[in-house]
Amino acid sequence: MSGGEADDGPERMYVITGGRSEAGGRAAADLDLVTLVVARSVPEPGMAPEHAAIVRMCQYPLSVAEVSAYLELPVSAVRVLLADLLAGGRAEARAPVPAASLPDAELLEAVMHGLQRL
Amino acid sequence: MDSRGSETLLPGPRHEVGTPPGPRAEDALPASAASAVKVVVVGGFGVGKTTLVGSVSEIRPLTTEETMTQAGVGVDDTAGVERKTSTTVAMDFGRITLNEQLVLYLFGTPGQERFWFLWNRLFDGALGAVVLVDTRRLEVSFDVIGRLEERGVPFVVAVNAFPGAPVHPVAELRAALDLDASVPLVDCDARLRTSCRDVLLTLMRYLYTLATPEPQ
Ligand SMILES: Nc1nc2c(ncn2[C@@H]2O[C@H](COP(=O)(O)OP(=O)(O)OP(=O)(O)O)[C@@H](O)[C@H]2O)c(=O)[nH]1
Ligand SMILES: [Mg+2]
Repeated sequence: MSGGEADDGPERMYVITGGRSEAGGRAAADLDLVTLVVARSVPEPGMAPEHAAIVRMCQYPLSVAEVSAYLELPVSAVRVLLADLLAGGRAEARAPVPAASLPDAELLEAVMHGLQRL
Repeated sequence: MDSRGSETLLPGPRHEVGTPPGPRAEDALPASAASAVKVVVVGGFGVGKTTLVGSVSEIRPLTTEETMTQAGVGVDDTAGVERKTSTTVAMDFGRITLNEQLVLYLFGTPGQERFWFLWNRLFDGALGAVVLVDTRRLEVSFDVIGRLEERGVPFVVAVNAFPGAPVHPVAELRAALDLDASVPLVDCDARLRTSCRDVLLTLMRYLYTLATPEPQ
């Protein structure tokens, strides 16, 4: 940290994602805000710091939105980072319940059941 | 923590020193969590979105940023360099673990038209929406409702009762918002967990009726 303050500007983003854009990767674009991500490895020496941080925080499932919040990075950047980890087999994604035009009754019953316990 | 320390780009100063970013141990989801669903809470400024999300969330609400980059419009680019403007919008969200496999996320998002660029990704796959309404400012809700109808997103309307806000008879409010008779309209106090839970249950019951049409 050579005395520089945290900077969320485009330059920082560019460095983190190696200049790749979300449009560049299908895998990245497929990641929904609520896709659950689980690490399949532990942080290893030589990993980029952001990758290591994600692997560390995803020892238990965590949504893409949560990863973005904890890393303090925009979702678009997190998608790219996650796509790297998925491609390298260091994390797995648990897809959200498929987007249907209307959710099915069984799913809704499960949601209602869970809410009633609040 | 890394030999390429000088290139570390983590926003260190905003984290507690020595604490890697991530959830507190007690905020971890069960390892069996297999899928998640989302609900969007939408409404104008100050209508209580963050309060509602916080009331029902099992974790302290978190904030995520979404950026939109667009070619600058109406920006003079005499040098021929394409100017880009980048808009960042923060969304708060909360989480409810429904059972060992299923998790619900609640996203609060501003309703003003200039934030609608967020909606494509946000509503993709969402179960539905809660439109939070402040009766002192109905205009935003009006636009939001129109937009949700256009997109085919099922929603319920929750009236957040602020002190001193005009109390409209339900029928009047329905008319003012041009609400379809089938769309639930309920009162809520975003500060109360049970009230917010009931709003979510109202949405789920409504979705249920849409999913299981009765032959009558
Ligand atoms: N009386 C009353 N006050 C409320 C209620 N809900 C929220 N408030 C208060 O209204 C203020 C704004 O609430 P927020 O939850 O921050 O509203 P918001 O929609 O997230 O606001 P922005 O994100 O700034 O658009 C806070 O001071 C809340 O305490 C409610 O149901 N009743
Ligand atoms: Mg807010």
